[in-house]
Amino acid sequence: MIEVQHLTKRYGGVTAVNDISFRVERGEILGFLGPNGAGKTTTMRILTGYMPATDGKAIVAGYDVFDQPIEAKRRTGYLPETPPLYPDMGVMDYLTFVAKIKGVPSADRTKRVKTIMERTRIADMANRQCGRLSKGYKQRVGLAQALIHNPAVLILDEPTAGLDPKQIIETRELIKELAAAGDHTIILSTHILPEVAQTCQRVVIIAKGHVVAIDTPNNLTARLRGSETLYLQVDTAGADASAALGRIAGVTRVSESDRHESLVGFEVQSESGRDVRRDLAKAVIANGWGLLELRPMRMSLEEIFLSLTTDETPAIAAPAGGETIDA
Amino acid sequence: MRNVLAIANKELRAYFASPIAYIVIGFFALLYGFFFVAILRYFVGQSMQAGVMGGAQAMNVNQQLVRPLLQNVTVVILFLLPMVTMRTYSEEKRSGTIELLLTSPITDFEIVMGKFLGAMALYCAMLAVTLPHLAILFVYGHPEWKPLVTAYLGLLLFGGCFVSLGLFISSLSKNQIVAGAVTFSVFLLLWVITWIGSFIGPTGDKLTSYLSIVDHFDDFTKGIIDTTHLVYYLSFITFGLFLTAKSVDSERWRG
Repeated sequence: MIEVQHLTKRYGGVTAVNDISFRVERGEILGFLGPNGAGKTTTMRILTGYMPATDGKAIVAGYDVFDQPIEAKRRTGYLPETPPLYPDMGVMDYLTFVAKIKGVPSADRTKRVKTIMERTRIADMANRQCGRLSKGYKQRVGLAQALIHNPAVLILDEPTAGLDPKQIIETRELIKELAAAGDHTIILSTHILPEVAQTCQRVVIIAKGHVVAIDTPNNLTARLRGSETLYLQVDTAGADASAALGRIAGVTRVSESDRHESLVGFEVQSESGRDVRRDLAKAVIANGWGLLELRPMRMSLEEIFLSLTTDETPAIAAPAGGETIDA
Repeated sequence: MRNVLAIANKELRAYFASPIAYIVIGFFALLYGFFFVAILRYFVGQSMQAGVMGGAQAMNVNQQLVRPLLQNVTVVILFLLPMVTMRTYSEEKRSGTIELLLTSPITDFEIVMGKFLGAMALYCAMLAVTLPHLAILFVYGHPEWKPLVTAYLGLLLFGGCFVSLGLFISSLSKNQIVAGAVTFSVFLLLWVITWIGSFIGPTGDKLTSYLSIVDHFDDFTKGIIDTTHLVYYLSFITFGLFLTAKSVDSERWRG
């Protein structure tokens, strides 16, 4: 449905997007991840025909966005980072205007506007001026605008930014629904990593204009695990505890991660494929310490993201609990 | 064409949804009313004097009232039109709505034409304010209607030039005030360019008078439709619209 081949975009001397290639199949939701300035928005702008690429090709719904822009745009819905609303226009007027320029036939227009307002839950604001809406409503009117002509391809630049938790869930559900029906193919970019895990079938991680990884969220997590890491918490351990743990066969590295009075937490790395949990537990008992916690640490999407998009490998932090991270 | 009208309609509604339309039309009505009264009083004074002195022929309403009046109107337009055109593109760029337009299945030229027609519609609404005053002249006098028609055609073309140029300048900046100030200065320059003509000699005089946007208007007020002026105005408008479309397109490439 969407095919991007060796896409490059240079502004003056700066290369914003460098030789990016990926494919999105019909009905798929592709997540676009990357720190600010990685080239997410630029790629989306090229796909929507807002700007041409310096090099490479982008085919959307069977049409080259550069050679047949009108045909490609007819099949694309786009929600930019800031919803493109006219502050003086009423919501319904605005959507009617968008329906007109997106080529919705005049016979269907009123019905279409109504349906879409209900679907995006903005019907109660139909006559409110766009400029007076709350951020959440603005975002949803932006989404309604992208959906108005029932496009085959939807490109959403941070669709859940600025929404409250309930609205975020509703929007995610809506996005999933749209893809599940099979008539929309979706690319979305986001800062919120759990969102990718929850909504997207595949993830493209880009940094500094390059694609650093394309895979399913699960595979990415598995692939990046590399060596096994365990978290071990004990109490009444002596100062030589980490040395004692390090002597166990198969353990490659032990580091103390936290200490609260008598409680000490360790991160224990082992050779991959080798389970050292039994030996660790035995060693703890043999030394007379209290075993409080022993569990495998999985790299969360946040850590994968950070390790892929920054040069230095960050220390593996405690398992992710936070909902958001500023990438 | 449907897309052009959709955009023109949106533009026109945007003018009326914001204070711009009311301010521009309101102040135009005020200034026009002032000029009308001033020139009418002068004209009446002159007529009375001619009556007392026993002038050879009746004074011509078209030549001595309507013509100077409309020439004053062009000055007012020069001041007011930058306010109409300055927001056309600047505002879309600043608020990001330009992304909606440029990613919709419409051509750049349709957008430019839509904006042009929208601004022209507002301009026509402005000119409509002048009609009741002229109707008064018909009630109490006998002006000829044909030169009036050509004069209004001239006004439309004259305004069209300013609008197309204003659109172009607005497409160059994100900042409305910058766009407005530049538009106003360029309009003024196109106006006063004849002043230096006389210094540069006969060729320069001809050249600047050809370039001056106002000199071409004069014949229209006399009831003359000269193809020279038509070609000048129409090519000016076309060129302005062409530049605007190109400027929007080049923006895409530069990002």
